[in-house]
Amino acid sequence: MQHGKYRFIVGFLAVPLALYALFVIWPFVQSIYYSLTDWTGLSPEFGFVGLANYTRMLDDEIFWKSLQHSLTFAVVLPLVTVGFALFLAFMLNVGGRRRKGAAVTGVRGSSFYKIVYFFPQVLSIVIVALLFQFAYNPNSGAINSVLKLVGLGSIQPDWLGDPNLALICVMVVLVWSTVGFFVVLFSAGMASIPRDFYEAALLDGASRFTTFFKITLPLLWDTVQSGWIYMGILALGAESFAVVQIMTVGPNGGGPDYSTIVMPLYVYQKAFRDGQAAYATTIGVALLLVTLAFAAVVMKLGRRERLEF
Amino acid sequence: MKTTDTPPTGDATIPAPREGRDPVIGGTAAPVKEKREGTVLNVFSHGVLIIWAIMVVMPLLWAVMTSFKTDRAIFTSPWSLPDALHFENWSRAWTQAHMSEYFLNTIVVVGGSLVGTLLFGSMAAYVLARFEFPGNRFLYFLFIGGMSFPIILALVPLFYVMQNMALLNTLHGLILVYIAYSLPFTVFFLTAFFRTLPTSVAEAAFIDGASHTRTFFQVMLPMAKPGLISVGIFNFLGQWNQYLLPTVLNTNPENKVLSQGLVQLAVSQGYKGDWSGLFAGLVMAMLPVLAAYIVFQRQVVAGLTAGAVK
Repeated sequence: MQHGKYRFIVGFLAVPLALYALFVIWPFVQSIYYSLTDWTGLSPEFGFVGLANYTRMLDDEIFWKSLQHSLTFAVVLPLVTVGFALFLAFMLNVGGRRRKGAAVTGVRGSSFYKIVYFFPQVLSIVIVALLFQFAYNPNSGAINSVLKLVGLGSIQPDWLGDPNLALICVMVVLVWSTVGFFVVLFSAGMASIPRDFYEAALLDGASRFTTFFKITLPLLWDTVQSGWIYMGILALGAESFAVVQIMTVGPNGGGPDYSTIVMPLYVYQKAFRDGQAAYATTIGVALLLVTLAFAAVVMKLGRRERLEF
Repeated sequence: MKTTDTPPTGDATIPAPREGRDPVIGGTAAPVKEKREGTVLNVFSHGVLIIWAIMVVMPLLWAVMTSFKTDRAIFTSPWSLPDALHFENWSRAWTQAHMSEYFLNTIVVVGGSLVGTLLFGSMAAYVLARFEFPGNRFLYFLFIGGMSFPIILALVPLFYVMQNMALLNTLHGLILVYIAYSLPFTVFFLTAFFRTLPTSVAEAAFIDGASHTRTFFQVMLPMAKPGLISVGIFNFLGQWNQYLLPTVLNTNPENKVLSQGLVQLAVSQGYKGDWSGLFAGLVMAMLPVLAAYIVFQRQVVAGLTAGAVK
């Protein structure tokens, strides 16, 4: 198979590689370089300023706020989402009533539940964010009117307008829209665990609760770990940008008193609102480091011996 | 990943209203402790599962309901049923609020970029999966490395790259960018897929005198169809719902895609106080996706979870 091989390889790789290099790799490289300059983005002239942007960043109060919020997202969102999804998936697969011959069974209608749970995943995050923005509306939104209906009319929080609640409100939306994906993912993993493992454990007197921690979780570990990383990257990246940018408008964007500002949104504001492109790429580099550190920590903490079954 | 279903429940019947009574029927005989534990767990699981199902469905039903109401009703009684089906909300959103243009732009952009992504992605993946050459590993990792980098970092310089090439605020520019940013996952997924296909068929075609190019298009691509469908669904949804890239790179009002259009709608209709029109627009954007999801449910789930289960 040597005939014309290299010509073929070059011919097939040329277009994809050119596109990828021009629109993805090259901007990444450039942005690291720009972070060392005083480029505004508005004029083509700029000078090299060394690490000035980085020292400025360390003194920037709003940067620290955005870092803190992004880190909160990266820690809390995977924990809540993956944890809750594991719980639901376990209920779906093991919560069923006993049937003849099987030690553990899925609940009735488990495929129906999966269809429903997965739906938010196919919706645009924009639709989800806009819907919840109205649900959170303090005057006539869905949530506060439910509170009124059940007699809790005295509790009418400001939700997105309240600096203490806004961040939590945003996180709830991200959890709501992603849990279903992980339920389906973990369900598929759980369904491939041989049923006799549960049977043997239950015969030996283990409770179903124990089987979750002793059988399900260890055998599902690889999937849980990749789900964890996936969710963390999502929480640090484009999804958190969309939700925060759309839901918390505020005078500056990013909620009352920057209470919901996240790193990707701050990059966007600095570059395209304030005309500080170089400084924006500096924050972007910080975001890159956070993302890589997050992935490294999860891999390190999650390292276990791989179980074959 | 193909075995999504739990074995005992093949059908998708709605279990909702029966959950309270089930355990009585099932738990009459045999006071075995283990059995009771199972029953308690069963009631509990159904309870939790139904509550979450309601939590997922309610906001969506609420949106559909609201889109048929008058603005007054939206504010005075958010949870009541509409007094009449106000279809004029929908026609207002479709024409005056430019929803039809947003739909058209989105179809053009996603159509173009989806074809491009699948074509270029499978070409690159095929070469990387099947041919030994110096730099193969390097290129592979270069491609898949793009999956974990925060896109926003590249967007600042990319904006000016696009501006210099006169691609900014154009639909074809957006198509090229969508293709480039879809390549990492597509190459990653399809490389793995091409590796699983048998080599003998391609070799036979080659011995029969087909060129490498012809072997790829007439033998390998048809064999890779299941993989192409999975990754195609993944990319379709990702590109259809894309928000960050167009927000930065496509700000011309005439070229806006659906996700931007909805935000635009929220701003403009909110300004006019036309909330019913806004909800009609939201539901309008939601329905095609919902319909497609219900029809292709199995493939969609397989396509979206394919990357994570390996």
